[in-house]
Amino acid sequence: MNETDIGYWGVPLAILGGAIRVSTPFLFVSLGECLTERSGRINLGLEGTLVFGAMAGYAIAYETGNPWAGVLAAALAGALFGLVHGLMCSLPRVNDIAIGIALMLLGMGLAFFFGKPYIQPVAPDLPAIELGSWSSYPQVQAALRVNVLFVIGAALAVVLWWVFRATKVGLIVRVVGDSTDAARAMGLRPNRIRIASTAVGGASAGVAGAYLSLYYPGSWNEGISSGQGLMAVALVIFARWNPIQCFGAALLFGGAGALGPALQSVGITSGYYLFYAAPYVLTLGMLIATSSTARAMTGAPGELSITK
Amino acid sequence: MSDQAASPMSSAAQSVAQVAAVPAASGSLARWARRLEAVALPVGALIVGLAAFGLFLLALGKSPADFYALVYKAGFGTWFSWQNTLSRAAPLLLAALCVALPARLGLMIIGGEGAIVLGGVAAGGLGAAMPWMPAIIGVPLMAIFAMLVGGAWIGAVGALRQKRGVNETISSLLMAYIAIALMNHLVEGPLRDPASLNKPSTAPLAEGLRIGDLPGMDVHWGFALGVICCVVAWVLIEKTTWGFAARLVGGNVRAAQIQGLPVGRLLIGFTALGGAFAGLAGMIEVSAVQGSANGSLAAGYGYAGILVAFLARHNGLAIIPVAILIGGMEASSGLVQRRMDLPDATVLVLEGFVFVAILLSETVYGRFKIFAPERWSSR
Repeated sequence: MNETDIGYWGVPLAILGGAIRVSTPFLFVSLGECLTERSGRINLGLEGTLVFGAMAGYAIAYETGNPWAGVLAAALAGALFGLVHGLMCSLPRVNDIAIGIALMLLGMGLAFFFGKPYIQPVAPDLPAIELGSWSSYPQVQAALRVNVLFVIGAALAVVLWWVFRATKVGLIVRVVGDSTDAARAMGLRPNRIRIASTAVGGASAGVAGAYLSLYYPGSWNEGISSGQGLMAVALVIFARWNPIQCFGAALLFGGAGALGPALQSVGITSGYYLFYAAPYVLTLGMLIATSSTARAMTGAPGELSITK
Repeated sequence: MSDQAASPMSSAAQSVAQVAAVPAASGSLARWARRLEAVALPVGALIVGLAAFGLFLLALGKSPADFYALVYKAGFGTWFSWQNTLSRAAPLLLAALCVALPARLGLMIIGGEGAIVLGGVAAGGLGAAMPWMPAIIGVPLMAIFAMLVGGAWIGAVGALRQKRGVNETISSLLMAYIAIALMNHLVEGPLRDPASLNKPSTAPLAEGLRIGDLPGMDVHWGFALGVICCVVAWVLIEKTTWGFAARLVGGNVRAAQIQGLPVGRLLIGFTALGGAFAGLAGMIEVSAVQGSANGSLAAGYGYAGILVAFLARHNGLAIIPVAILIGGMEASSGLVQRRMDLPDATVLVLEGFVFVAILLSETVYGRFKIFAPERWSSR
């Protein structure tokens, strides 16, 4: 046993590091979805937006040589998807959940369609911050290698929380989300605000995709997303539509997602595929625990179709 | 969904009117006008979706005319391509039922993929354990076991919705991911045939447990089974009291409860039935196509089934032609790739365009005067 071998201590450490790495896409998608749902719409298409964002981000980063150009492209593409969702759902009798499913499939189809030539080339990665350089253990250094986007995401969670709590824009979004009639009485235009909220939410989901393809796992392929865009929708419900709690929930889900690889790294491989299911089981368990038929969920926007 | 909850009274009246089909204007012409709307608008939306995809191809410098000619040729041009199309339609028929049946009760379940893969693993595992079983008992046993597993899986989604208020769209999709992980675990672990090196699979089924082809055709029995299931589902929904009760629940849950209908049992029963059909699709895929259960089960039939169900407006009989149409489009994928140098995801994009078009068509129902006899006399 050499001195950098920390044995089974590597498991919680790898889970911590994994939680930070894996949680970032959850964080961005859930913040975007949180904003959209607070305005009274649900966008189930964020999974497609995420995959398309991953492709667009990777392609643009490769073509320009600048990963940040890729992130910007992914955000723009995501905003476009959100805009389309928002506009379509503003038509009478068009169901936001169904449109979300359709855009999820369309977004993935378009990403695979345009992404074919970019599976082989290698795009530049996003930079990371070495928060673990004080430690001599490579495991600690690896666990605390934090991507810039994680820091931005954490800041975004606080900003969004503050926007909802203390600003006029936040109040407008909340009013529209809680009661279309009240918003109309105030002279607001609910559809426009929902379209804008969905577009901004889509941009955030696009950034989450760019993180996947440009940092971790850090390549573009058709299996890049494992349902993060969808789990984030459940995560927002669990987080009670509170951006700060979205941050905590994203870390938790990230940790669950890191469980399988962490155990594999210390040689526990039996039932690997079952550990791989951990985040989904956790999501489902939380959804069951937090749902109820008897009462409306606390903190739920009044106009949200899934909680009515 | 949202508008129903917003105004329970008005939508209750509306749903009763729809279900009972009380004619406002009488006469067979008026009846036909209403029926025509239910056919003309989806067909119109399909054409709009195909046209929009044509523009997409045009923008990329490819010829839409060449594309659709190829789809026609590869999907429907010859008897050979028809047989290929019908074989591909088989899982779509059953996967679509897993979406359509719950949808008639107002539930949007999109995780049929999970029931398909678990049904396939259940059938493959059972078949591998009893190679000596005669076909007449063995094949039905595999089918029943797959249907039980698939029914329990999607029935659980319905039960969670009914007992705990868990959103069925999200839970079903999460459970699809869990099902695929379970399948990988079983196929690479306890059920793995040691002889399957490159592609972990269950032990190959004995020849007697394979479903063969329909007489005189190169189309397996799965297609016939799928068509029968669609007809059964249609009769159940449209012609029985259970189906009537289910449609009432779909129209307005609260109104159905006030009527004293067993809403919980209906919800769980119909979601479980949908799941059982999806499980059967998995069994057919194993017994008629793959010959053993492996990762190829997660081929996206569950997702294509969502599109089929929506295009058919959740009507069992309409699912049959729609599944054949989508099956033909998917059958043409290979030829389109080779001849036009388009990626294999082209069909996915085409399906996405059609899906969006069909959903947007919801907004024009009742807008065309020609389909609304009660407005014929007014100017």
